[in-house]
Amino acid sequence: MATREVKPGDPGIDPKTGEYRVVGLGQTFRSVTEKITRIVLTPHTPLGWLAVFGIAGGGATVLLVAVMWLFLVGVGIWGITQPVAWGFAIINFVWWIGIGHAGTLISAILLLFKQTWRNSISRFAEAMTIFAVVCAGMFPLIHVGRPWLGYWLFPYPSTMDVWPQFRSPLLWDVFAVSTYATISVVFWYIGMVPDFGTFRDRAQSRIAQYFYGLLSLGWRGSVRHWMRYETASLLLAGLATPLVLSVHTVISFDFAVAVLPGWHTTIFPPYFVAGAIYSGFAMVLTLAIPLRKFYHLEALVTDRHMDNMGKVMLATGFIVAYGYGMEAFMAWYSASHWEAFMFWNRAFGPMGWSYWVLILTNLAIPLTTLWSRRLRTNMTFMFLLSLVVNTGMWFERFVIVVTSLYRDFLPSSWGTYRATRWDYLTFVGTLGLFTTLFLLFVRFLPMIPMNEIRMILPAAKIKAKAVEAGD
Amino acid sequence: MPAREGTYGLLAEFDTPGELVKAARQAHADGWRRMDCYTPYPVEEAAEAIGFHRNKVPLLTLVGGLMGLAAMFSLETWISTLAFPLNIGGRPTYSWPAFVVPAYEWTILWAGLSAAFGMLALNGLPALYHPLFNAPNFRDGATTDKFFLCLEALDPKFDLVKTRAYLEELAPVSVVEVGY
Repeated sequence: MATREVKPGDPGIDPKTGEYRVVGLGQTFRSVTEKITRIVLTPHTPLGWLAVFGIAGGGATVLLVAVMWLFLVGVGIWGITQPVAWGFAIINFVWWIGIGHAGTLISAILLLFKQTWRNSISRFAEAMTIFAVVCAGMFPLIHVGRPWLGYWLFPYPSTMDVWPQFRSPLLWDVFAVSTYATISVVFWYIGMVPDFGTFRDRAQSRIAQYFYGLLSLGWRGSVRHWMRYETASLLLAGLATPLVLSVHTVISFDFAVAVLPGWHTTIFPPYFVAGAIYSGFAMVLTLAIPLRKFYHLEALVTDRHMDNMGKVMLATGFIVAYGYGMEAFMAWYSASHWEAFMFWNRAFGPMGWSYWVLILTNLAIPLTTLWSRRLRTNMTFMFLLSLVVNTGMWFERFVIVVTSLYRDFLPSSWGTYRATRWDYLTFVGTLGLFTTLFLLFVRFLPMIPMNEIRMILPAAKIKAKAVEAGD
Repeated sequence: MPAREGTYGLLAEFDTPGELVKAARQAHADGWRRMDCYTPYPVEEAAEAIGFHRNKVPLLTLVGGLMGLAAMFSLETWISTLAFPLNIGGRPTYSWPAFVVPAYEWTILWAGLSAAFGMLALNGLPALYHPLFNAPNFRDGATTDKFFLCLEALDPKFDLVKTRAYLEELAPVSVVEVGY
């Protein structure tokens, strides 16, 4: 079915499998290396890069101002109030960390499943993870009011003789997110070491040679090193897989362990993890589509990648849809007055619009269109769709946080929530910070793992006869 | 790095991974042991060919992970039962199911750090200097698209003239002498 839509003789299609090629035709070890090194090892910074960097840097500056004002005045500048004490800060925290999860999924889980098509997108997905975790981790910290005392979260022998309380999911979060950030950075860096070796050897300028030489740790490509390296990468992938599942599970515990209707539900862990992957893949598309266009990487990030990512989004989107359906079902089936009211209020109360925005952007638009292969490989469509899904996933967290909180058990304690300009500025600021970090990554670090691409080139296949003849 | 004089080894360059693996097998079969292959991406067959079959990274990872697990679980138990017992909703002070999550995260944390840093340590990295980088053709190829076999001078079979002739028989693109 799918293959019939395709013209025969299309160079982007592998005639044997009828699938899109993972790497474009006619690439060699040297051409791949040159294509990727040229992006970084050039003294010329493209004007487009500078322009976007200027805008993104402006956004990051907005964040700096917003956070500085927050530190001076306090969390009163935000819209948080009683009963909605978790406003934008927690919405943004969950949204950002969810985005990060697709990076780990691509770099770790798909590595374990030997999905070699992931190789060209794994590095920048992993970078996306780290920058998303940077943005995410900031929110709970600035939300606590006195962030300079953030170290109180960690167990350390203090003069006050006070220790943390290990039965709280909020403390579990500290360990989950800090482990996630550390392991992601280590995995990312170890992955880049051989590519830094390539940069060191191909750099013309003295500064670049020293810079990448130090970063490469003296990597020289000994096969003994490579074997230990491969073992370590596989082990890190094997460790990151249960880690990434646990992180969003623990974050869902922040909600699910509370007794609040709309939060107190067992579907949360799987539904949060699926939602995380869904939004993360959307963010990978948001980044990958302009990048491949701007840097002419169509031979390395091919239609196959777009097609496959669309399929993953379709699958995880349906898990998310199941989660929404189950929430509605349980509101009725539990026969709990409070659950039923919460659901009615969520969909038809004063903030009901946010629920329908969520249904439209997260389910109605993507889950009807992603079935078509033609749309999945249409870059303009996929780019717009990725923005739609990112919006939808942000609204999912808004719905969970705000619409569960603002009308709970006692009508006398009902309230409402209205975000202030500082809420919006902080959020926009993190978008700026994320983009700034990502642009710096694209300019100075290898955004496509050269050693992994070399492995999947046809020239890397060792002909059995040539080897056996030597025996 | 101790200052050394003389020859580190002889370095043969090949164009394809297949030729390298063939040559490495031949040399290993002929009794060479102080040898190594250098490739721009992992070539498992080349490691097998020079008799490098298993490594200690998994063991280090296991030990690191178990240490992380034990450390965090005992810390939680000590804090919650002895150092700072709190009554949280009437739960027992030793409420171990709640301790699982941080202990689980620390298992992964220390296993991952052990895998990464253990791998680097076993590889002898970071290394600021290595004689191979003195070879004129090494830097252009080893991290891009060439495949190298190095027979090292520390091997008892090594003889500058004879070994060079031996390597030439394996049909490489070139053979160069690498000094310290």
